[in-house]
Amino acid sequence: MMSPKGPQSGGFSRLEDDALLRGRGRFVDDIALPGMLHAAFVRSPHAHARLLGIDAEAARLLPGVHAVYTYADLRPLMTGDRIGLALPSGYLRFHVDPYPLVKDEACYVGEPIAVVIACSRHVAEDGANLVEVELEPLPAVVDIDAGVQDEAAKARLDCPGNVVARTQLRYGDAEAAFADAPCVIRERFRLHKGGGHSIEGRGLIASFDAASDLLTAWNSTQMPHRCRTILSDMLGLAEHQIRVVAPDVGGGFGPKAVFHPEELVIAAAALLLGAPVKWIEDRFESFLAAVGERDQSWEIEVALEADGRLRGVRGVVRHDHGACTPYGLAIPYNSATNLINTYMLPAIDVDVVWCLTNMVPTSSTRGAGRPQGTFVIERMLDLAARRLGLDRAEIRRRNLIPAARMPYSVPIRMRDGSSMTYDSGDYPQCQARAMAEADWDGFAARRAASAAAGRLRGIGIGNYVELTGRGPFESVTVRIGPSGKVMVATGATSQGQSTQTTLARIVADILRVDIGRVHVSCGDTATSPLGVGAFASRQTVTAGNSATEAARHVAKKALEIASVLMEASVEDLELDGGAVRLKGVPQMKRELGELARAVNGSIGFPLPGGIAAGLFASSDFQVQGTPFANGCHVAEVEVDPATCQVEIKRYTVVHDCGTVLNPTVVDGQVIGGVVHGIGAALYEWMRFDAAGQPLTVTYADYLLPSADVVPRIAVHHLQSPSPLNPLGVKGAGEGGTIGAPAAIASAVEHALEGLGVTIRDLPITPSRLSAAIQAGGRTLRALRLPGDGGEARHG
Amino acid sequence: MAGRLGMVEMGAIAVTVNGVLRAAEVETRVHLADFLRHGLGLTGTHLGCEHGVCGACTVLVDGVSVRSCLMLAVQCQGRRVETVEGLAAADGTLHALQAALGAHHGLQCGYCTPGVLMTLVELQRELGGRPATEAEIRDRLSGHLCRCTGYQGMVDAALQVLGAPDDVPKTA
Ligand code: FES
Ligand code: FES
Repeated sequence: MMSPKGPQSGGFSRLEDDALLRGRGRFVDDIALPGMLHAAFVRSPHAHARLLGIDAEAARLLPGVHAVYTYADLRPLMTGDRIGLALPSGYLRFHVDPYPLVKDEACYVGEPIAVVIACSRHVAEDGANLVEVELEPLPAVVDIDAGVQDEAAKARLDCPGNVVARTQLRYGDAEAAFADAPCVIRERFRLHKGGGHSIEGRGLIASFDAASDLLTAWNSTQMPHRCRTILSDMLGLAEHQIRVVAPDVGGGFGPKAVFHPEELVIAAAALLLGAPVKWIEDRFESFLAAVGERDQSWEIEVALEADGRLRGVRGVVRHDHGACTPYGLAIPYNSATNLINTYMLPAIDVDVVWCLTNMVPTSSTRGAGRPQGTFVIERMLDLAARRLGLDRAEIRRRNLIPAARMPYSVPIRMRDGSSMTYDSGDYPQCQARAMAEADWDGFAARRAASAAAGRLRGIGIGNYVELTGRGPFESVTVRIGPSGKVMVATGATSQGQSTQTTLARIVADILRVDIGRVHVSCGDTATSPLGVGAFASRQTVTAGNSATEAARHVAKKALEIASVLMEASVEDLELDGGAVRLKGVPQMKRELGELARAVNGSIGFPLPGGIAAGLFASSDFQVQGTPFANGCHVAEVEVDPATCQVEIKRYTVVHDCGTVLNPTVVDGQVIGGVVHGIGAALYEWMRFDAAGQPLTVTYADYLLPSADVVPRIAVHHLQSPSPLNPLGVKGAGEGGTIGAPAAIASAVEHALEGLGVTIRDLPITPSRLSAAIQAGGRTLRALRLPGDGGEARHG
Repeated sequence: MAGRLGMVEMGAIAVTVNGVLRAAEVETRVHLADFLRHGLGLTGTHLGCEHGVCGACTVLVDGVSVRSCLMLAVQCQGRRVETVEGLAAADGTLHALQAALGAHHGLQCGYCTPGVLMTLVELQRELGGRPATEAEIRDRLSGHLCRCTGYQGMVDAALQVLGAPDDVPKTA
C-alpha cells in the first residue's frame, strides 16, 4: 500500500501543515469581505419560558446597528416554520424540529431569540444588550429519570410528552437467559459525556452576490453539503444558487456535523441586507448553544454462567435528548449496541428511551454513545469477575469472539437492512497483546512501589469495537490539466484528520507523481457537487476507496492516451515521475500535462484515437456494510488517598483499524481520541442546576485534559484488513475515545480494591471517589499503606 | 445606556509588531488579539475562549507570553509584540520548533498551534541552551488546550528541539 517513497521512510509531513505552522491558515474568522457586517444573538436566559414580546427599538436606534431580526422578521423568507433536521427513524414518536429563532416558547438557556446585525461585533453585542425580551418562566425538565414519568412537567408545551423516541434492542431469549442463571449482576449507572469542544468554535460568513445570483456560506462545518441542502430547503433556493465552503476548520468532533439554527439566521440576514454577514460563536455561546452529549441513566442486569460466560443482558437506558432533535437518534442506540462489544452475547433486551429536556439539544461527540455502552458492559464484567472470583482479563478472554468466527454476525438490523456484522479482527490476540505490551504481569511490583510512596495503584482493561466507515459513499474526482498538476476534489471534509494528505498520498502513489503536485480541495460544494462529510470515522473508508478508484481510472486513461501518441502498446508503457514512459527506455515519455492537453482538445480537430475528452475520473465508491475497528486499552493509575486525585501513570492501546495507510496519522487519531476519553472519564462535566441553568460555562469550570495530566500513550497496531473495501481500511477517528473510560474506571476501582468501591458514574471526580469510599464503609486504614501495619482491616 | 454606548472611546497606539512599528487608532475596549487579527490582518493568532484559559491567543509582549484576549490593545503602547507570523526566517525557513511540530504530527487542525509555538519559543529563550525535561515541557504546555493531538506529538517536537540529545523521541 505504502509507496517506498512514502512519508514514513523519509520523515513525516503533511500537506496541511506549512500554512498552519506559519499562521497562514484560513479559518472562517480569518476571512474579511468588503462591507461585511457582524452578528450577535439575543438568547434565552431561561431553560423554559413563554415568549411574550420583544422590544428591539432601542437596539435599532443604536448607531452602527443595521438590523434586528426576530422570528417574525425571518418567517417570510422561509418555506416553513421549523428547520427540518431529523434524520428518518422509525423510533421517533413525534417531530421536534427547531425554529430558526424562538417563535413563542424558549426551550433551553441559550436558545437564539433575536439577532442584531451591526458594523462590528462590539456594536452588535451592544445592540443585543438593548433588546428587551419579555419571558414568562415555565417549569423545566432537567432530570431524565423524572422527565420520563407521566406526571412530569412538559419540556415543550406543543408535544404530547417527553418521551420523544423509544425502541428495544432485542435478540435471543433474554428471559430464559436470566431465569436459571447461576450469576446475575444488577447495577445502575449515571454516565455523562461532554461536548465537542473544538478549540475553534462554530461560525460562518454568508454573502449574497446578486450579479451571480449566488449565496455563499463559508462555514466551520463538518458537512457542507448537508448545510447546502438545508439552506436550499428552508430558503427555497436551488442548489446552484448556494455554495457552502468549509475552509480550514479548527476541529469538529461531532457538533459541527449538525446544522444549527444560527446558520440559517445568518444566511437569511445576508439575503435581507444584501451584505456579507459574519457570526463567530464565542466560547460562552458554545457552552450554551452548541450541541454535544450529556447524560444517560442506565438500569442494567447481566446474567452469566458460573464460569463467567455471558448468558444475556437486559435493562433500560434513558438518554437526555435535549430540547429538540437536531440530527439523528444515534447516541443511545450506539450505546446499546456496544453492550455486545467484542463478546459472544447470546441474548439482549434493552429498552432505549430518548427524553426531551430543557437543555441544549444533544448530538454525537467523538465516540457517539459507544463509550457509554462499552463502559457499562466492561464495568459489568469487572463486577462479575469480582463476584465469581475470576481474574478480570480471564472473564473477558472467555467471552471474546474467536478470530475463527469472523465475520461474526449479530442478529441486529442495520440501517441498510443487513444484520450487524463484525467483518474482521482477532479480539483475543488484541487483548493478549495489550496485556503483554502493558506488562500486566509486572504490575504487582509497580503496585508495591506505589504503596511504598503512599499511593494506591490500580490496573484496568477495556475492550471495544467501533462501527466505522458509514456509507453510502463519498465523492472523489481526480483531474489532471495541461499544467500537469493533479486536482483532487472531494466531498470529504477536514477538521484536522489529515484528509488532504491521506487522499493526496493515495492518488500520488497510483499516478506515480510527487505528492507536491497534488492539490486536494475538500468540503466545497462548488468543486464537489456531491458529498456527505465527516462523521462516524468514515472518510478513509469512503473517500479513500473512491480516490483509489478514480486515480486508477485516470492512470489507465493516461496510458491509453500515451499509447496513441507514442504509438506503443499499453503493456509497454508505465507511469513514473509524472509521465508515461516506455518500459526500459524511460527517456521516451509523455508528461501527464501533455497527455491532458491532448484530450482537452484543439478546436476543430478530433481527439486522438477517439478517446473521450478530459483526463479525469470520478468515483462514488459505495460502501457495503460497515467495517468494525476494535481495540484493547490497558490503563494504570495511582490514586492519592488523601485527595482522591487520580493520576494516569501508564496507558497502552492495541488498535486494529485494518490496513494502516499512514501510521503517524492513525496514531495521532488514536492518541487524540484516548485523551478525549480521559476527559470523559475524569474531568469533563457540563453541569446544570435544577432550573436548567448551565453552571460550567468557562474552561475554568469545565475541565479539558491538559498536557500535564495526560500520560504518554503507547499505541500498537494489529492489522486485520476489512474484506468490505479494496483498501482493507477501517475508520480510526473515535476508537481511542470509546475504550478509555472503561479502562480507566477499571483501573481506579482496582486501585481502591478492598474499600468496597464500585465506579458507577462518569466522570470519576475526586469528590465522587471520596463519597464512594465513604459509602464503601471501610476506612482508608484498610489500605495496605506504610504506617498502617500492612494489614487489611474492615472498618 | 445608549448614550454611553454611542460614545466609543478611541486611543492612539504605536506598537512594534514582529519588528515593524505600527501606529493605529483603536477602540479602547478592543483586546490585543482582535487588534492583531482584524486591525493588522495578522490572523495567525487565534481565539479559543476569550477568557484566558485555552492559550490559543498567546503572543509575546516584550518577550513575555501574554494571553492576548486578556490584554487591551491600548496597553501595548510602546511595547514589542511577537506573533507566529514572525517566527520563520526572512527567507521563509521555518523556526526549528515549527519544523519539529510538523515532523512529529504535533498539530492536526492547527488551531491551537500558533499559541503553542509562542509559549515554546519563550521557553526556549528562558532555557538558554540548558536542556528541558519532558515534565518541564508538559508543565509549560499545560496552559494550552488542544482537542486534537492529545499533546504527545507536541511534547515530542518540543523535546527534539529543547530536550537533551538522548531525549529525542522515537517518532522522529
Ligand atoms: S482565547 Fe485567550 S486564552 Fe483562550
Ligand atoms: S491541533 Fe486542533 S486544537 Fe490543537
